[in-house]
Amino acid sequence: MNLLRGLTVLIATAVWCLTAAADTALRGTGDLGVIIERADGSACIISTTERAILSCVDGLGDLSHASAVFSPDQRYAYIFGRDGGLTKLDLLERKIAKRVIQGGNSIGGAISDDGTLVAVSNYKPGGVKVFDATTLEQIADIPATYGSEGKLSKTVGLVDAPGRRFVFTLYDAGEIWMADFSKPGAPAITKLGTAGKLPYDALITGDGRHYIAGLFGEDGLAHVDLWAEEPVIERILDGYGKDDPAMPVYKMPHLEGWALAGDKFILPAVGHPELLALDAVTFKEAGRVKVHSQPVFAIARPDGRQVWVNFAHPKNDTVQVVDVPSLKVVHEFKPGPAVLHMEFTPRGHEVWVSVRDADRVDIYDARSFEKRGELSLRKPSGIFFAARATRTGL
Amino acid sequence: MPCRMTSLHQLLASVLMMAGLVGPAAAEDPNGARRKALHNMVVQDCGSCHGLTFKGGLGSPLLPDDLEGVDDSTIATIVLDGVPGTPMPPWRGLVSESEALWIARGLKAGVFQ
Repeated sequence: MNLLRGLTVLIATAVWCLTAAADTALRGTGDLGVIIERADGSACIISTTERAILSCVDGLGDLSHASAVFSPDQRYAYIFGRDGGLTKLDLLERKIAKRVIQGGNSIGGAISDDGTLVAVSNYKPGGVKVFDATTLEQIADIPATYGSEGKLSKTVGLVDAPGRRFVFTLYDAGEIWMADFSKPGAPAITKLGTAGKLPYDALITGDGRHYIAGLFGEDGLAHVDLWAEEPVIERILDGYGKDDPAMPVYKMPHLEGWALAGDKFILPAVGHPELLALDAVTFKEAGRVKVHSQPVFAIARPDGRQVWVNFAHPKNDTVQVVDVPSLKVVHEFKPGPAVLHMEFTPRGHEVWVSVRDADRVDIYDARSFEKRGELSLRKPSGIFFAARATRTGL
Repeated sequence: MPCRMTSLHQLLASVLMMAGLVGPAAAEDPNGARRKALHNMVVQDCGSCHGLTFKGGLGSPLLPDDLEGVDDSTIATIVLDGVPGTPMPPWRGLVSESEALWIARGLKAGVFQ
């Protein structure tokens, strides 16, 4: 008995020493990421190599709609919380490096191409605020004022564009604006025009050329070619839902740069159980895919061959995989209740899936669809890998 | 402190509601498993737009102070039929009328925070 006990202690000590050594050993951060525990205000730092949680950091406030961007060196995550909190999380030290409450209610953010500016999109008081990425000191405040009464608009779809610029959309005003920080001093603001009624989110392609805003209040999307000398807004896919009655939307779809898959954009329809395929050259419809229910995220695997899709409440237990060349659903499975988010490893060999109401994150092989592992987290939502640092618009 | 008063008030409301001592006849209220599912739905799915703490987001804030003086039935109707022209969808079919009233009372009492 004593020998057994001694052996156990010895093994435990050895394991502890190994773990402690791992914590202090030199390491890169390119295979790290952050998973939001939305109900607990906590962000868990994970390793995609080890398929493990390294540490969970508390004290990030209300993370009911949280997102993250990363510093160019991939050491820091900037996490945008619903309560207006902006938290700079150190992935190496596994602790909060800095945190400010920058607004009353925020929805997301972006980091400039040079990594020096972090911009936050606000619901309350609206507009966009821009911070120094090192100190989190405020550098600029861009109120999104519209109409003759000078109302303040909520902003959505805030992205970085090449040349120290940010592009964003005014939810209440239906306009798209650009803020240019390429010259010293106050940013140059360009109002690009009207997108349409109630734009809910937007994306920019990885090359920084195309900005596309989705509309909730109209059947259609708005597109801006930022390579144009004077960028203008064009409506695309107008009237895509006119032949079918719209269903109630229990969760807004999300748009990100991963919508571009090969020669098509694959976009979630609003109020219809469909994906819309858009020809990436002509910007005309290139087909549709009937899917399980209303899509929330349609995320292209990094090679663009397949798109993984999750769905709105109450049919949110399912994931479908769409083959892009044939626009056919080639795989369907049910990870569990409330699949909220999916994130591919940078080269697309695996995909991490958060299953909120099962308190679990599942890891799948992105080609064979076999399950590779699972992690236990409390009400996990957004999954953000540090490799996003290298991608415009993410 | 007002803050502490609010949480005490919420706690009391929550306990009373769980015990079925406030609100309409207990028979109309959702039972244990359904109540748990509804509670989770209100916090997580309503919370997606209104904020997990109901301070608002794309949707309006739904804290007890925001709902003061609004009828239970008015709130229940918004839950059931949505607000046309806005992203607030009708939840009819997913929640019954008595469940919508239970949600309305719960929001006003702050039991979902």
